[in-house]
Amino acid sequence: MFETIMYETRAGVAWITLNRPEKLNAFTSVMHKEMLSALKMAGKDEEVRAVVITGAGRAFCSGQDLGGSENPDYGEVLRQGYNPMVQALVSIEKPVIAAVNGVAAGAGMSLALACDFRVASDKASFIEAFIHVGLVPDSGNLYFLPRLVGHAKAMELAVLGEKVTAEQAKEFGLVTKVVSDATFVQEVETFAVRLANMPTKAIGLIKRYMNKSWESDLTEVLEYEALAQKTAGGTVDHKEGVTAFMEKRKPVFTGK
Amino acid sequence: MSKFTTITAKVEEDGIALIELNRPKVLNAINRSMVSELLSAFEQFDRDGRVKAIVLTGNNRAFAAGADIDEMMNDDAITLELLNQFKDWDQLHTIKKPIIGAVSGYCFGGGFELALCCDILFASEKAQFGFPEIKLGVMPGAGGTVKLTKLMGQKKALEWLWLGEPMSAKEAHQHGVINRVVAPELVLEEAVKFARTIASKAPLSLRLIKETVYKAVDDSVLDGMQFERKNFYLLFSSEDQKEGMKAFAEKRRANFKGK
Repeated sequence: MFETIMYETRAGVAWITLNRPEKLNAFTSVMHKEMLSALKMAGKDEEVRAVVITGAGRAFCSGQDLGGSENPDYGEVLRQGYNPMVQALVSIEKPVIAAVNGVAAGAGMSLALACDFRVASDKASFIEAFIHVGLVPDSGNLYFLPRLVGHAKAMELAVLGEKVTAEQAKEFGLVTKVVSDATFVQEVETFAVRLANMPTKAIGLIKRYMNKSWESDLTEVLEYEALAQKTAGGTVDHKEGVTAFMEKRKPVFTGK
Repeated sequence: MSKFTTITAKVEEDGIALIELNRPKVLNAINRSMVSELLSAFEQFDRDGRVKAIVLTGNNRAFAAGADIDEMMNDDAITLELLNQFKDWDQLHTIKKPIIGAVSGYCFGGGFELALCCDILFASEKAQFGFPEIKLGVMPGAGGTVKLTKLMGQKKALEWLWLGEPMSAKEAHQHGVINRVVAPELVLEEAVKFARTIASKAPLSLRLIKETVYKAVDDSVLDGMQFERKNFYLLFSSEDQKEGMKAFAEKRRANFKGK
């Protein structure tokens, strides 16, 4: 189905694997297009209740493939390739996990930042590589990074461009958890399946309005919460949650 | 209510009438019979004493994705002139009762023009507005250029009309084109809730305020104020004015009758 990525679904989870291992999964324009359609597919598929993005081989993603195109208009590469992908990722109302298996550099790091969770292998690392070639972080990097780690740390990472190990990233809150490389896939799977069995609509609403909170004042957020709660209150999962609580059993959420 | 094929129309409780565009297979593309049915429904509700406010909506995917292109594709200028294509559209502006639009999904071209016929617009966070006519080598013909310009100003309107790109609900809101942006799941509900609030107000005031506001858009301040004054005076011949002011003095809720 795809040339540069793999897409498969199992146990309510869509797995999107960047699949150019020989190029450390660097982005090309084809990969942008394929990522966009994979993300849309995962967003639409009602069976899918969580999404994992990971890399084949030893890298997560090394960012833009700098070989190939000569003298490109970087602005247009972003507008046409990366930006729609980031927008699609953020607008999926399901949890998206970056399973960072190896190095996440440049736009590869941006991709991980745009996800809702980052689970890293102990072999993984993060590099704000842009500065080393005289460029600025892009693909939402300047938006997400300061929001995730704070302004001061974000400046430090973006300007110095030093490699950050998974453990260091964990310390300043960039990753949710670090797991051993030996059990990485199983651990990611367990985490993703756990999310896929949660009340998906509520997670989607949390994601939608937590994202909106960055551009809103308290009055607006209070109103968003009221609207979101009204919506969540009408879901099957809410009823199930309350019923299970009354019946003193574990709820079985269906994402409806 | 007459039998309609391209829309559904019904009177709900609490004085609200609901009109839904109903050509889901073509994303509610607006054809001539739809406009004529819309006008007929609006006119019936305008005369129906039970109805205090009218809500107009589409479905989740589209309010209306545009005009029915197939229908006019082979028309020439004289055919359109003789057909008086936009006569029913123009008549939509004669409706006196408040019209609240609830927009989800696509709202393009003729769909956007229809939305702009509403007095108040609620839109889903995911709604998209736009005038893509330029991409078909034409331009809006049912008031789109005029109304967009009056709402957002000449510079911005030209940009949107020339590029023909979709405008997010957030942008439409920032430009003053729509009133509220709400969660997709709740657009219709919130619009109906607003309509209910409106429906509890003095009907004659609603009516004359609507008339005066639209007049103000086109008139000089002084002319607008003269017009306003006549309507202000006119309300003093209503029972509701006496009831409203008496209730105020007696510190109780007014019971308006629309007379």
